[in-house]
Amino acid sequence: MTIPAGSLLALDNVYGGYGGVDILRGVTMTVQPGEIVVIIGPNGAGKSTSMKAAFGLVNVREGRVAFEGRDITNWRADRLVKLGMGFVPQEHNVFPSLTVQENLEMGAYLNPKGMRARMDKIFGIFPRLAERRRQAAGLMSGGERQMVAMGRALMAEPRMLLLDEPTAGLSPLFIEQTFERVVEINKLGIGILMVEQNAKQALAIAHRGYVLAMGENRFEDTGPNLLANREVAELFLGG
Amino acid sequence: MEAYLVFFLTLAGIYAVLALALNLQWGLTGLFNFGISGFFAVGAYTAAILTTNPSPNHLGGFGLPFLVGAGAAMVAAGILAFAIGLVTIRLRTDYLAIATIGIAEIVRLVFMNEAWIGYGVRGIPGIPRPFSPDPVVFLGVVAVLLLLVFLALERLRRSPWGRVLRAIRENETASLAAGKNVLRFRLEAFVLGSMFMGLAGSLYAHFVGFISPEAFDPLYGTFLIWVMLIAGGSGNNKGALLGAFAIWVVWSGSEFLTGMLPPGLSTQASAVRILLIGLLLQVILLWRPEGLLKEERPALEKTRKK
Amino acid sequence: MYLADFLQLLVYGVISGSILALGAIGVSLIFGILRFAHFAHGDLMTVGAFCALAAVTGLGLPVIAAIPFAILGAVVVAVGIDQTIYRRLRRTAPVILLISSFGMAMALRAVIQIIWGTQDRVYQSGIQLPYRIGDIVLQPAHVWILAGTALLVAAVHLFLQKTSLGKAMRAMSDNMDLARVTGINAERVIIWTWVMGAGLAAVAGVFLAMDTRLHPTMGWHMMLPIFAAAILGGIGKPYGAILGGLIIGVAQELSTLWLSPAYKPAVAFAIMVFMLIVRPQGLLGGRR
Repeated sequence: MTIPAGSLLALDNVYGGYGGVDILRGVTMTVQPGEIVVIIGPNGAGKSTSMKAAFGLVNVREGRVAFEGRDITNWRADRLVKLGMGFVPQEHNVFPSLTVQENLEMGAYLNPKGMRARMDKIFGIFPRLAERRRQAAGLMSGGERQMVAMGRALMAEPRMLLLDEPTAGLSPLFIEQTFERVVEINKLGIGILMVEQNAKQALAIAHRGYVLAMGENRFEDTGPNLLANREVAELFLGG
Repeated sequence: MEAYLVFFLTLAGIYAVLALALNLQWGLTGLFNFGISGFFAVGAYTAAILTTNPSPNHLGGFGLPFLVGAGAAMVAAGILAFAIGLVTIRLRTDYLAIATIGIAEIVRLVFMNEAWIGYGVRGIPGIPRPFSPDPVVFLGVVAVLLLLVFLALERLRRSPWGRVLRAIRENETASLAAGKNVLRFRLEAFVLGSMFMGLAGSLYAHFVGFISPEAFDPLYGTFLIWVMLIAGGSGNNKGALLGAFAIWVVWSGSEFLTGMLPPGLSTQASAVRILLIGLLLQVILLWRPEGLLKEERPALEKTRKK
Repeated sequence: MYLADFLQLLVYGVISGSILALGAIGVSLIFGILRFAHFAHGDLMTVGAFCALAAVTGLGLPVIAAIPFAILGAVVVAVGIDQTIYRRLRRTAPVILLISSFGMAMALRAVIQIIWGTQDRVYQSGIQLPYRIGDIVLQPAHVWILAGTALLVAAVHLFLQKTSLGKAMRAMSDNMDLARVTGINAERVIIWTWVMGAGLAAVAGVFLAMDTRLHPTMGWHMMLPIFAAAILGGIGKPYGAILGGLIIGVAQELSTLWLSPAYKPAVAFAIMVFMLIVRPQGLLGGRR
């Protein structure tokens, strides 16, 4: 298979992992412009690893990664940010000793022009951050940190956002709010690739989803279809 | 010439003991020790105080036999290592590096300022050689002890204990999960290595016959031993031996070369030697970080990467 | 013990603490960002002090005017070492950098010995009239040291708080991996960290030489109290390093009321060990 034309992000038959051991064994996926795509699967399936491989954080030994048709296999992270990709790690995703506002400024490090206007836009999406802009990010709750992290990634004005388990460890209320924000961000025209453990809720907002197992693709369908698929439900959605 | 050869080999043997001891700490366990000279000095002073004849100038002497002095030197260095290890071994190894430099400096300050222990800067003279004053006999003593240390460390390296040390070095979290008490193993390796450094200190005291704090400038000795181990191959006991002799040849050889310079340049000459060794270290780290001999691993682990 | 003696020691403590603080800021930031204890930092101080000596003797400048030469010299050396050696070793493991920097410390000292020899030197011979404030005596050099440190600390503060480069340094010290995925060009920030660390070290070296004398081992002997200051304040915390430097400096001077001055390094060491036992993250909660 080759990279499909017009795709935002594409992984083509990717093999790779840490050290000499392959965790990914032929992962293929695409995100079209404007789409929310969710990756689900059991622990150790290579969900986060796939995402990190797309962002140059895991060595791709074989296969290709492309962004808007350009080959970005094994590119360095700061070049990808410049290109229009953003990544929000699952843990340690804020600079704890920096204030909320400084965290957001870091997101605009590569193109500081017009930073204020962008920051106001982000404060519009996350009003809570505006209230706490002078607080050290390390003193905030898990849900608030997730907002800071997403806001920081958005400051670079990406066309594509990679979210690694954005709801991990959050309370049900915050989980719902986070998914609402994801939809809101997506409506700005930003494509989203998201790894999620809360698979049902994630698939409910997703255009499409991929099910990975053992570092390989298992299923691929629209969000509603995957939710309706009995095999997927039994194996991966907890019945 | 023969006298020089004996001198050369004896010191090389003492350095080899130190390089082996450092290999246990750094090569096998991944623990930093930049204060080798401190443990070395504690060993040397302990042996000197216990084996010299009574003197009004310093503590003791007690006129005890060589082996008692050597054993006590190991114990004293071990106690010091235990105390400092207890505090720093649970932290990142950088802290151990800093703390060991501090210990070496303080050991030197104590021997310089507490004249009642070792007569301050005037030092302790008249440290007897065991069995015979003949330097050839003492070379034999050093050779036997070096062999014993080498065999003991080789045995330990292959033992389950040694395998745990390597596992700890390479992947601490996995060993923790396997239920090993990581801190205890690390502390044991650190203390044992420092005990051998104390032993080397006692050998040095008996060989030179006179010790003073100036002999233990924390730097040159510690630095040279690190270069020996890195050059020979960290993690490999044979590499530590090879590195000790090879670098000792280079170091002594450079003394010959700089000795040909006019006498007015003698301080410059010793600085040139240090500079050359310092650059040699960088070259090895950049282009041959595994040293002359690679670490030997049990066959099973060969395919596993760190 | 009289109050005047106590106050005099306190002043001396703040002076030597200022020198420690300037050295410790760099050590703390480099430890925080590059994850290794830079053992050649004291020798960067020595390089700075001797570069200023070259300007004083060669160009006939007063020592304060020679400080830019000290900074230039130390920065060129530090960035040069980083780009030729440390940068390549960074890709393997931070612990290798520890060994390498230990070797660099020896090599730098050797170079200084080759050029300037091992005898003690001073920038300016002759006695300078001290100032007297009540019972407290202050040398003109001390006034320069206190004022210069205050100025530099204020400059460092503004740089870290107000400039995007300074904020990026704090961000990298917080979390290097996140800084990379945020799009911060880590290598560039690292170079600037060396510029700042080495520049401050150079000034600290000149100040140390003004306070005492020049000698090839002057910087190395500061390493233990500087590491103690950085650890006391919290690794990666420049403000902690300043605080730690002042505390260590004052404690070392006050200890001479009871202990032989020869044991000053032991006082720094004792404070450091105590801190490692009770609070290894330091006063301001840095990295472990």
